[in-house]
Amino acid sequence: MIVADAMPLQGLAGGLMIGVAAAIMLIGNGRIAGVSGMAARAVGLSDGGAPRGIAWAFVLGLPLGAALVMLFTGPIVARYPMSLATLAVAGVIVGIGTRLGSGCTSGHGVCGMSRLSKRSIVATMTFMASGFATVGIVNLMGGAW
Amino acid sequence: MVIRRTLVSLVSGTLFGAGLAVSGMLDPVRVRGFLDLFGAWDPTLAFVMGGAMIPMVIAWLATRGMRSPLADSAFHLPDTAQLTPALIGGATLFGIGWGLGGLCPGPGIASLATRPHEATVFVVAMLAGFALVTMAQRPSNRASLYGEAA
Repeated sequence: MIVADAMPLQGLAGGLMIGVAAAIMLIGNGRIAGVSGMAARAVGLSDGGAPRGIAWAFVLGLPLGAALVMLFTGPIVARYPMSLATLAVAGVIVGIGTRLGSGCTSGHGVCGMSRLSKRSIVATMTFMASGFATVGIVNLMGGAW
Repeated sequence: MVIRRTLVSLVSGTLFGAGLAVSGMLDPVRVRGFLDLFGAWDPTLAFVMGGAMIPMVIAWLATRGMRSPLADSAFHLPDTAQLTPALIGGATLFGIGWGLGGLCPGPGIASLATRPHEATVFVVAMLAGFALVTMAQRPSNRASLYGEAA
């Protein structure tokens, strides 16, 4: 069953913006616009990667861009039915997983897949499958939100 | 050059964050809905990924004709070939956390502007996860963790 409030057009428009953003990083700085890598680099938790100024500029841009959209369109829909404890556990697991796996939805999913990188294609298929399974199992256990 | 590179990065990050906001990806229920493949499926995230793919495919093709990026003297790109247990294990863990919270790193950080309370909890926890991996990968800990000679 597909939900009635899917947003294919907004998704496509926002996706194009994300793709152009990643293209600017690639063509301009010759780097992957990977959020987990840039964030780890910014706070000094990664040895390799971009100079820290570049990492900080990218990471600070993310909330700045969201704030700009909010300025023009008003409040952004963001539903948080889960507990803060769930969010904290999810955050730790996402943090460990993205560092071990060298990337997340942006670095592997957007940048790596479009490069036909074998590592990124395998990583993306793996975290998507694992995400599908996790939500499926949580729903079966009565934890849907 | 340093100022140009930093500006490029700021523009990239800002447009990235704006794209996440426009596409509904700052809403954990919508993201979780994409992962709810066997239930009430929300395909929006697939359109986001597909849309992002188009400029990036063009960008990768454009780099073939470039000796260096516009604001730097060389490309700094990761290896694409080697499949390691860390890659698979890490991606598996990431998917579990993504499914539990409905947030990945980009939307988590961008949401600091829109939902500071919840996003701070997620981002601080994520940084703690980063730190755990950094500590585990220090040479002095490697030996005990992986049984390698230090």
